[in-house]
Amino acid sequence: MTGKKKLNVILLVYSVIFLTVFLTSCDMTIRSTINTKEISENSKPIELTVSAAASLKDVMEEIKAAYEKENSSITLTFNFGSSSSLQKQIEQGAAVDVFVSAATKNMDLLAEKGLISEGTRKDFLGNKIVLVVPSGTSEISDFKDLLNDNVEKIGIGEPKSVPAGQYSEELLQNLGIVDSLKSKFVYAKDVREVLLWVETGNADAGFVYETDAKASDKVRVVARAPEGMHTPIFYPAAVIKESKNIKEAEEFVKFLYSDKAKTIFEKYGFLFID
Amino acid sequence: MNMDFSPFWISLKTAFTATVLTFFFGISAAWLVTKYRGKLKGIVDGLLTLPMILPPTVLGFFLLAVFGRKGLIGKLLYSLDIQIIFTWWAAVLAAAVVAFPLMYKTARGAFEQIDMNIIYAARTLGVSEWIIFWRVIVPLAWPGIAAGAVLAFARALGEFGATLMVAGNIPGKTRTIPLAIFFAVEGGEMDKALLWVALIFFISLAVIVLMNYWCGYQRKSMPANRGR
Repeated sequence: MTGKKKLNVILLVYSVIFLTVFLTSCDMTIRSTINTKEISENSKPIELTVSAAASLKDVMEEIKAAYEKENSSITLTFNFGSSSSLQKQIEQGAAVDVFVSAATKNMDLLAEKGLISEGTRKDFLGNKIVLVVPSGTSEISDFKDLLNDNVEKIGIGEPKSVPAGQYSEELLQNLGIVDSLKSKFVYAKDVREVLLWVETGNADAGFVYETDAKASDKVRVVARAPEGMHTPIFYPAAVIKESKNIKEAEEFVKFLYSDKAKTIFEKYGFLFID
Repeated sequence: MNMDFSPFWISLKTAFTATVLTFFFGISAAWLVTKYRGKLKGIVDGLLTLPMILPPTVLGFFLLAVFGRKGLIGKLLYSLDIQIIFTWWAAVLAAAVVAFPLMYKTARGAFEQIDMNIIYAARTLGVSEWIIFWRVIVPLAWPGIAAGAVLAFARALGEFGATLMVAGNIPGKTRTIPLAIFFAVEGGEMDKALLWVALIFFISLAVIVLMNYWCGYQRKSMPANRGR
C-alpha cells in the first residue's frame, strides 16, 4: 500500500471509531435530558428488569399487561431463561431489579452471597412436573412406558442448571428407572426447549411443567408426578439488592402475590401458595 | 472432580469427520465455481459463503427445518427409520455446514491463482479432466487447500450454536467440548469449564501454529521461492 493510501485507511478507521463513540454517548446525553425534563414534569418513567424462569414466559405477558395498566409510569422488561442461567447473570452483576426463580436453590445461592434485598423474598408459586408426548401419538401412557424400545429420545432439562430437569430426575430416581433411561435423555438448557422438542416430534417424550403443557396444544400430558416424588416446587420472587429502583421493585413483587395476580397465575395452571 | 473425558473424543471425531466431508465438497464446489463463467456466479458464490456469515442459530434453524421430523429431507429419512436430529451425525452436519465456506473460499482462492497455461498444456497432451484435477490442479493449489482444511477443522471444532440446536446435549454422544463448557458454566462447575477451555485453546492454537509453519515450509520448497 502506498504511503498516501495507508494514511487514508488510518483516517477512515479513526473516523469510524470516533463516530461510533460519539453517537453512542450522544444517545446517552439525549436520554438523560429527557429524563430530567420528565422528572421535573412530575412523572418518573421507571423501567424494571425482571429475570424470570422460562416456564413463566406466557403468564408474565398477562401479568405485564395488568401491572402496566395500573401503573402507567412503570415499564416491565422480562429476561427469560433457566433459573441457573439467570442466577449466574445476577452474580456477574447484571442490572436486574426482580428475580423470579423456578427453584428455591437458585434464590438461596443468591441470598448466601448477599445479593437479595432483605425481607423482599416470597415463595409464592407452585407447579407440577408432567410427562408429555407429541399430540396424536399414543404409545406412551405412563412413566414406565419410557423404558420401551420404541421410545428413543426423551427431552429433559439439564438437571444441574434447569430446575424442571432436577425435579424430573428426582422423580425418575424415586421410581427406580433413571439409570435405564439415561441413554435416551437429551438435555435441554431450559424447560421451554424440551417443550419445543416434543412439539416438533424430535423427541418422543419430555418432562415439562404442567403449566408449559397447558400453554401448548401440540403436546399431550400422559402422566403427572405423584405427590412426594420430588422436592416440592416453589417459585420464589425477590428484589435484587443492587436494584436502582428498590421501591418500585418491591411494589411489583407485592403485586405478584396479590389476589389479582393469583387469578392470572391460576388461569395458566400455576398453584398459588398463600 | 468426577471428570468425563468423552467431550474430547466426541469433539475430535466430529471435527475430523466434518473436515473430511467439507474437504471433498468444498474443493468440488470451489472448482466448479471457478470454471463456471455464467451470470449467476456472484449469487452462487454468495450462497455458498453464507453459512460463514449467518448466525449459527439461523443455521441451526434451517437444519432443524430441513432434517427435523417434519422437514423436507427429515420426513424421507424418518420413513426409512433414520433419525439425524439428536445423533452424532447431526453434530457432524452442523460442523460441516459452518466449516464449508472456509474450505470453499480458500480453495477457490487457490484455484484462481493457478496459471491456466499449465492446464492448457496438460489438455493438449491429452490428459483427462479428472487426472488434470487430481494430478495438476490440486497439487498446484495445495498450500491454499491445506490452509482451508485446517481452518475448516478449527471452525468445526469450535461449533456450538447450530450443534446445540440439532444435535442436542447428550453426554457421551453429542456433547462436544463447546457444549460441555456451556453446560459446565450453567451448572456452576467452573473448574470443569476452565479445564475444557484450556484444552480447546491449546488444541486450536497448536493446529494453527503447525499450519503456519507447514505452509511456510511448503512455500519455501516451491521452485519459485527457493533461496527466498
